[in-house]
Amino acid sequence: MSAATAATAVAPGMESGHYRSSKLPDIKLLMWVFLASDIMFFGTLIGTYLVYKGRSLTGPYPADVLDIPLTTVSTFVLLMSSFLMVLALHALRGDDIAKFRLWTFGVAFFGAIFLGFQIYEFAHFVDLGLTLQGNLFGTTFYVLTGTHGVHVSIGVIWLLSILIHSYVKPWSSKDEAYLEVAGLYWHFVDIVWIVIFTIVYLVEFV
Amino acid sequence: MHVRRWLQRGLAIAASVPLIAACEFSGPQSALDPAGPVAQAQRDLFVWTLWLSVPVMVGVFGVLLYSVLRFRAKNAEDERAIPHQTHGNFKLEIAWTIIPVILVILVAVPTVRTIFSTEQRVEAGPDDLAVHATGYQWWFKFDYLDHGFTTANELIIPVGTRVVVSLDSADVLHSFWVPNLAGKRDMIPNNDNQVWFVADAPGTYYGQCAELCLGAHAYMRFRVIAMEQPDYDRWIASFQNAAAQPVSADPLVERGRALVAQKGCVACHAIDGYRPGTEVGNPDFPSLTNFGLRTTVGAAIADNTPENLAAWLRDPQAMKPGNYMPTLWRADDPNREDEIEAIVAYLLSLGRDGQASGQLTLGGIHGGQ
Amino acid sequence: MAVSKVTVPVPAPESTPSDGLFTRPTWTTGIASWLTTVDHKRLGLLYIFTSFLFMAAASVEAFLIRLQLAVPNNTLLSPDAYNQMFTMHGVTMVFLAIMPLGIGFANYFVPLQIGARDLAFPRLNALGYWIYAAGGAFLYSSFFLGGAPDAGWFAYSPLTSLSNNPGNGTDFYMIGLLVGGIGTLVTAMNLIVTIVSMRAPGMTMMRVPVFTWMMLVTSFLIIFAFPPLTIALLQVIMDRTFGTLFYVPEAGGMPILWQHLFWIFGHPEVYIIVLPAFGVISEVIPTFSRKPLFGYPVVILSGIFIGFMGFAVWSHHMFTTGLGPVVNTAFALTSFVIGIPTGIKIFNWLGTIWGGKVVFTTSMLYAISFLFTFTLGGITGIMLAVPPFDAQAQDSYFVVAHFHYVMGGGALMAFFAGLYYWFPKMSGKLMDERIGKLGFWFLVPGLHLIFFPQHIAGLMGMPRRTQTYVAGIGLELPNLLSTAGTFVMLIGLILLLVNIVHGVLRGKPAGNDPWDARTLEWSVSSPPPHHNFDHQPVVNDRDALWVQKYPESVHGERVPESASEPYDAAGIHLPGQSWYPLFMGLALLVFSYALLFHNFWVVGISLAMVFFFTYAWALEGVGGHHFPAGRRGAGQHSKEGHA
Repeated sequence: MSAATAATAVAPGMESGHYRSSKLPDIKLLMWVFLASDIMFFGTLIGTYLVYKGRSLTGPYPADVLDIPLTTVSTFVLLMSSFLMVLALHALRGDDIAKFRLWTFGVAFFGAIFLGFQIYEFAHFVDLGLTLQGNLFGTTFYVLTGTHGVHVSIGVIWLLSILIHSYVKPWSSKDEAYLEVAGLYWHFVDIVWIVIFTIVYLVEFV
Repeated sequence: MHVRRWLQRGLAIAASVPLIAACEFSGPQSALDPAGPVAQAQRDLFVWTLWLSVPVMVGVFGVLLYSVLRFRAKNAEDERAIPHQTHGNFKLEIAWTIIPVILVILVAVPTVRTIFSTEQRVEAGPDDLAVHATGYQWWFKFDYLDHGFTTANELIIPVGTRVVVSLDSADVLHSFWVPNLAGKRDMIPNNDNQVWFVADAPGTYYGQCAELCLGAHAYMRFRVIAMEQPDYDRWIASFQNAAAQPVSADPLVERGRALVAQKGCVACHAIDGYRPGTEVGNPDFPSLTNFGLRTTVGAAIADNTPENLAAWLRDPQAMKPGNYMPTLWRADDPNREDEIEAIVAYLLSLGRDGQASGQLTLGGIHGGQ
Repeated sequence: MAVSKVTVPVPAPESTPSDGLFTRPTWTTGIASWLTTVDHKRLGLLYIFTSFLFMAAASVEAFLIRLQLAVPNNTLLSPDAYNQMFTMHGVTMVFLAIMPLGIGFANYFVPLQIGARDLAFPRLNALGYWIYAAGGAFLYSSFFLGGAPDAGWFAYSPLTSLSNNPGNGTDFYMIGLLVGGIGTLVTAMNLIVTIVSMRAPGMTMMRVPVFTWMMLVTSFLIIFAFPPLTIALLQVIMDRTFGTLFYVPEAGGMPILWQHLFWIFGHPEVYIIVLPAFGVISEVIPTFSRKPLFGYPVVILSGIFIGFMGFAVWSHHMFTTGLGPVVNTAFALTSFVIGIPTGIKIFNWLGTIWGGKVVFTTSMLYAISFLFTFTLGGITGIMLAVPPFDAQAQDSYFVVAHFHYVMGGGALMAFFAGLYYWFPKMSGKLMDERIGKLGFWFLVPGLHLIFFPQHIAGLMGMPRRTQTYVAGIGLELPNLLSTAGTFVMLIGLILLLVNIVHGVLRGKPAGNDPWDARTLEWSVSSPPPHHNFDHQPVVNDRDALWVQKYPESVHGERVPESASEPYDAAGIHLPGQSWYPLFMGLALLVFSYALLFHNFWVVGISLAMVFFFTYAWALEGVGGHHFPAGRRGAGQHSKEGHA
């Protein structure tokens, strides 16, 4: 998970040496497999949300609390962070370390802004009476979006760790696999949010 | 040639298996002893799949047995021998793909037909008996929707009439299962379920909860008693008139009537006609209305005899571990046996014109087997 | 996937700086060497050993269950104790015994079969084991901390709600499986990467041994099936801990949702257990018939098809929940369809035996009994897929009999076949064939004596999970026979254990290849050296070792020794041991107890520990040491590379 391995006797992205029957670095394949699994995690949470949609016995109901313009802004911020992620990877591949650091910081920063929006939104919803224990909408909404928030938080911490590590041990284009897996994760979390935004927010007002 | 003779014998034995299975295993709780069209259709499907499994078993086990014997390594030299290294055979693969496909089609066609003939949701019409069954930890409540009364643990039905039971649960999952009449259907909170069946012959059919509900789950039994129409009508009438229970001439019965209030029974148990004009009990506990007409005690775990009823009252936990019925007397209570005798007399008089003993006047109820 | 003829450039041996907090462990013997091991063979042995421990516990539970049911109205176990027994028996056998046994064999033999020197992520592999061990210990500690889970192995809501089940037991179940599931997930991901990326030169996917193939399919099933379970567990934990409403009927929650989520996991779980067993059988039968597996591509494809269809049949566990005739028809048909590839597999195994030279080892006997028992279990499976009959059989002893035929007589007997087959490779010693066969003739007939009468008990109306039954409705004889069977099977199990101990202590040396087998694991010494292969194996056919030994029998070509040299030019690298998998497992154990006892300070501390160890893990790096290839015996104790 870290560039530390780059200094050892094993190729970057591998935990052991020797012949490989695939050209994909191991950690990249691992990340793909993890994301395949993560689809099922989110799929189950989204499925639960949909099954319970409209089954709350008491309010507040989705239309009472959801604020499309606000969340559209935070969604846009998250989308832009994915764009920066592409730039960061491109910079690292070109051994442009300064840009790589800048864009990586940008991704983490935008991710943090998204989290800020989410914290504000949760606090606001609680003020409006939507709680985790109040009704089924509250239960399913907070657990679904909260799980996504945890994913974003892990991503932010991960990217900041990469950033700090790039000062401890110089990164170069041969470490690209380590940034690329973080990027895969980040794009995935982004895509999941698009799905959640559509299903939880937009569909409510169609 | 040996092989062919084996196969013939094996076939003969195997072919008799479904017959044995179909004929021998009768009983008041047996799925192989159907007493109505639904259970019959379910059993018929089982027997059909059992028949189909015969050629599968004969084929697979025959080939298995033949090949391990025929191709066994006979000595140490044989164990190092190298047989012809065949990797497969395309035609064979096609053949043994088609065989299971055919078998599956042979199972699927009658299956789908039976699903739609037995599991289709029905509306209870005027000719049907509509009952609402509720599962509780650990007993069954039956509401006769057309007649407006409630009973517990014994479902009395007329022969030849379609019984449409809507299913609900008051707490955890339960399952309504009377093997002789119909397969089970689960009782799930917030899930509107239904099962329907017809009894072809009068008799007592055992039912049991088939979904783990902890505690006394193993003792959560019930009975379906099918009666001829006149008997059934009289049974219904006795419930409709239950509010007008006569005051008994038997002083023991009247003492029992006083005691069920004194000991707190009526705080939970409803008894229609306990006293004219008073309603007692709580709908979430088993009704004791016309208890004298019940064939069983403790959710169908023992026959409703004075002895068993007394034993039940004396120590419910001993008969049905885990249930919610309190023990009403301390073991050293000097009045225990007297009071139990009176309560037993009162309970057994319910629905029997105030008489705690004597022949049951309703046909069809014989209590147990 | 095409084989790329490239080697990952491995730099010459150089120093491995230890960035860790702890000195990088290098013990090669003693307890510490096992606690810090990342060697797939050692972890495989740990898995197998641990799963046998749990199997012993589950056997005690099963034995008590059968004693209680020997006669009607028995009072040996109270209803509460009985509920805990069958719940823990089921949970243990499924999650702690049979599934980890398959994973244990996979750990040991997948790298050997594909010519690799370890899994792709050795430390992740160790983490998987320690989480499994921690999860199992956590679940079993429930017996001493307020009672074991008692709601059955599928723990149907709302029986698991706080109001219906206030004790600790349900929390142990939910948290234990949640945490344990993480271990299974990382192991599955690791196996996928390993099988995709670490096959020997020339080992195309259509040359991969069937056991490894089935582990690949199984691993995909795990990564798709465990998340729904994990989320469902999380939902119940949230309900019980934080008062959410997922499964609260009064608030509109639907208990039936749990059933859907559980069985979306639960049916693939059946194949997660059975497909590795199919794999073992597909190794044992060809070896002891001295013929290649008949219809290899068909067997592989049907395995993939079974795995795929495993996600489309879950509602056949719910035929009696009132989903309606259309849904029941759909799921009946998909379930029938699974019978087709299963049948094809059985036919191909028969085709393998046909025309071979059948060597009657104990392993082969278990494999033959698998064919017999599994076919019967498959037939009752098709019967149960018939919804109208299932309405009678569901939740009755007929189902109990069916899945014990499939799981016990099927998967477990296949793994016993695998144990007898691979024991010489793992220990270097032969097990005693006479004790083995004697044990077989107790174990398998005992199994049938236990479970065959249960079909009849079920048809006679006996529901499962009842601690007693009434006399006089025909249930006495089947139950008595069933209980008698446990004694017979017990003798067989004891003889199996005796044989294992005897084999380890007194077994005759096995040599590299005692069965004249076909796959690469038999090309190395028994037990294999730490680095598995002195030379990188190169493969140019299926049954790689057989082709090496008898090229003329399959018109094959021997791979010259020198072919492997280019692949070993950079030498052999063995990854370093690590404390962090163990510590991470312990941190998750602390997390589990803290969550169970609602001590959120400790929850926070344990999560901080997990976080901290993640960094330590990453910064520690791969480590390990290098040595040149081809030196027999090198590696195990070599310190070179540690400058």
